[in-house]
Amino acid sequence: MSDTTQSGPVLSADGTPLKRSLARALRMQKVRALMLIAPLLIFILLTFILPIADMLFRSVENRIVADTLSETVVTLEEWDAMSGDAPGEAVYESLYYDLFVAAEAKEHTKLGTRLNYEQTGISSLFRSSGRKMDDFGEDHVEAIEDASDGALKDAALWYEIMTGGSSDAGNTELLKAQRSKMAQLTGEGFGGDIGFVPGADISETFPRLARAYTDFALFVAVMDGDVVAEEDPWESVFVAFAQEVQAPGGAEKIAGYTGPGAAELQAAAAALADLEPISFKQTFVDIDEDWEDVGNWRTIQTYSPKYTSGYFLNSIDMQKGVDGAEARPENQQIYITLFKRTMFMSLVITGSCILLGYPVAWILANLPTRTANLLMILVLLPFWTSLLVRTSAWKVMLQQQGVINDVLVWLGLVADDARLVMINNQFGTIVAMTHILLPFMILPMYSVMQTINPTYLRAAKSLGATNWTAFWRVYFPQSVPGIGAGSILVFILSIGYYITPEIVGGTKGVFISNRIAYHISSSLNWGLAAALGTILLAVVLLLYWAYDKIVGIDNVKLG
Amino acid sequence: MALTPVQHQTPAFTAAVAAGAGALFGLFVGTAQGSGILGLIVGAIVLGAMGFVLTGMISQAKPIRWAILGIFAVLGFLVGGMPAMVLGALFGWFTGWFIFWIATSSYRKRLPPYLTPGQVLWHFSFRVICGAIFVFLITPILVVMPLSFNAENFFTFTPEMLRFDPAGYSLKHYRDFLSNDGWQQALWNSLRIAPMATILSVGFGTLAAIGLSQPHVPFRRAIMAILISPMIVPLIISAAGMYFFYSRIGLQGTYMGVVLAHAALGIPFVIITVTATLVGFDHSLTRAAANMGAGPVTTFFRVQMPLILPGVISGGLFAFITSFDEVVVVLFVGSAGQKTLPWQMFIGLREQISPTILAVATILVGISICLLTTVELLRRRSERLRGMSPS
Repeated sequence: MSDTTQSGPVLSADGTPLKRSLARALRMQKVRALMLIAPLLIFILLTFILPIADMLFRSVENRIVADTLSETVVTLEEWDAMSGDAPGEAVYESLYYDLFVAAEAKEHTKLGTRLNYEQTGISSLFRSSGRKMDDFGEDHVEAIEDASDGALKDAALWYEIMTGGSSDAGNTELLKAQRSKMAQLTGEGFGGDIGFVPGADISETFPRLARAYTDFALFVAVMDGDVVAEEDPWESVFVAFAQEVQAPGGAEKIAGYTGPGAAELQAAAAALADLEPISFKQTFVDIDEDWEDVGNWRTIQTYSPKYTSGYFLNSIDMQKGVDGAEARPENQQIYITLFKRTMFMSLVITGSCILLGYPVAWILANLPTRTANLLMILVLLPFWTSLLVRTSAWKVMLQQQGVINDVLVWLGLVADDARLVMINNQFGTIVAMTHILLPFMILPMYSVMQTINPTYLRAAKSLGATNWTAFWRVYFPQSVPGIGAGSILVFILSIGYYITPEIVGGTKGVFISNRIAYHISSSLNWGLAAALGTILLAVVLLLYWAYDKIVGIDNVKLG
Repeated sequence: MALTPVQHQTPAFTAAVAAGAGALFGLFVGTAQGSGILGLIVGAIVLGAMGFVLTGMISQAKPIRWAILGIFAVLGFLVGGMPAMVLGALFGWFTGWFIFWIATSSYRKRLPPYLTPGQVLWHFSFRVICGAIFVFLITPILVVMPLSFNAENFFTFTPEMLRFDPAGYSLKHYRDFLSNDGWQQALWNSLRIAPMATILSVGFGTLAAIGLSQPHVPFRRAIMAILISPMIVPLIISAAGMYFFYSRIGLQGTYMGVVLAHAALGIPFVIITVTATLVGFDHSLTRAAANMGAGPVTTFFRVQMPLILPGVISGGLFAFITSFDEVVVVLFVGSAGQKTLPWQMFIGLREQISPTILAVATILVGISICLLTTVELLRRRSERLRGMSPS
């Protein structure tokens, strides 16, 4: 046999070394396994993991302030919140232009709602101011419109002025900048040709006017789907013009202007000559004196970054103060209490599940198979029954005119007029949830206890142990893994429960989940809901990790 | 089979135990009638006397037990009409059985002979405790059923119902369920969403479970952790995340969105049950099939599939019931157009509108009994196929 004398690596049938051939086969096997798993993994990532990640992101995201008041946020940066004075005219000026566009896009109320979570009263401030944006420079607008026999009322003329005529190169930079600003503000795509490019000359001479008109043009073309040249400009365009002309050096600028509509604009500038320059600050304060309030400005400044820890601070009863995090006022502190209560009640529920589950699991594991299987039905039937059926059953049982109270009254243990209050409080939640989660405790305990050899107990007794010693020193330690598995499972499930506390918990027996649901669907404070959810998720994942270490996820069994 | 030879007890012992039981019952009946102490004394005396007398008549146990049952039933009827008669009969049956059980020492028969009386007492007390826990487990589900036949719009037992008066019972809540548009729409929605979600989770889940049970899978633990996570993450968090994300991509409030969400929630159950079935799967079978010329697809459908089918079906049933019972996620991800049965029940419970909920609950309990039976049968069949069960 020549094979036996051959030196070097062993070869497989096709001549490649066996080692490499085996490695390839192993690799093939791994790839095939991964290919089988891949569709599901992608599915879960898309439908489940991504949404969770989105929630985590939302808990720190705070773009709305910077998106809605893009200019104000920048000018406000320089304001010293500690100075005790309201910001200067420049801030109010940028606030006017930001708020004007936001009010047209109906985004200012959203911002108001957002800031109202941090400072009560801001919502109505934004809402009422949004309605009164026409108050700014009323006389100025009128003067411009009346100048040169109303020529500046003409939409087409404005369009020509702003594009700077056919010879103008056009300022695409400005258009691009305003495009992205509008896109952030409304959340819509602002791409495509809008049939307008601001003129290079005019945007250099009157930058504020060009910005205001470009905003208008973008909004009209994209949001309303109209032709820019046919629409009358917003008041903000007139205000911008008045502001530029009346600013120091404005007179020279207008005199030197030679582009389209120069005559009309100069006439308008002349009409403006005897009017006071517009004071944005004064007008804002006239609309609502809260605009002078330092606290409001401080809130806007604190929440102007695009990411904030504010929601997390809020969910542990703190807030962003002037110098870092500080505790909320006593009467606003609810979440720590709620977290504590959730923990405490989950512990009580887990404890009562252990107490009730252990004897049942023991008897199921020690009875003859046939009887045990029959009794197992009593455990599995609740397990398989709809959660809402069980919750409604507990509502029927526990309410004041319910079955338990009726029986107690009939037995004479409780007077008819002193029926026990067992629902809409913590007791109701604990009883109902213990019942609902009990099978989750019994099943893991049972599967562990089944593997404990009964002869150990007999051996202990024959060596002289009492019943109790035999149980406590021999049986119980072996059943601890079952208790651990069941407890973690029940605790994880109970900590995030929503339906049962909502129905039988009243106000005192609700969990953190109910608060999360409230913030999602009623108060619409999604960021706070996401932050609360993130904290809850962190706790659950920690427990999940512990469960994996102790029990192993592979060993989860159902029924 | 008797482990311990027993002899009849003395009349005094039986009388004492029976008197104790009588005192307990008497206390309840007594407080119900106004005087606890009197009830206690009367109960103790009556049962004690019965115990004393009956110990001598063990040979005629059967007719005597019937007689006691009858007497107590009649007594009950005279005191409180129909409901009391049922209670009386039950009490009579129990008393008769209990006295003879004590008197003949039958309770000792099946226990090891070396147990002390204290241990015997503990043995039975423990069973009573376990019995009470089983009662706790099952009562809420049983209570719902008769209440769903209530003729009134109450969530409680009316006096007519307790008298077993046919007028107190009706099918009106079932009729309401079958004729009310809201409920029918909800049922229809549930039936439209659950099977679709089940198909998705079973399809993806079975493939992945087969992949996971291969001998060499890289990152097996991490993958498993991700795939099981929808079961572990609290529903409210899944719901919140899905609500935020699905509204971003326009799936919120659509049929597809709810189906995808429910499919994700059902997948862990499919993975768990199918991998459990695959643990006992003999991989030499696929190799044998390949050896005889079958391609991977043929092998899968003709060899592997029939063997793991029970696991796949019970995983599918789990996924189905998950979707069919699910309310939190659909509450957020769905809109009024996807209102499912549990959602409708949830609204009904919060606003407490009518016992139609209880009729629906009874129907759902019926469905879950069917599903439970199917899963249990499948599990046994699968164990038998793999030779893991002795039967």
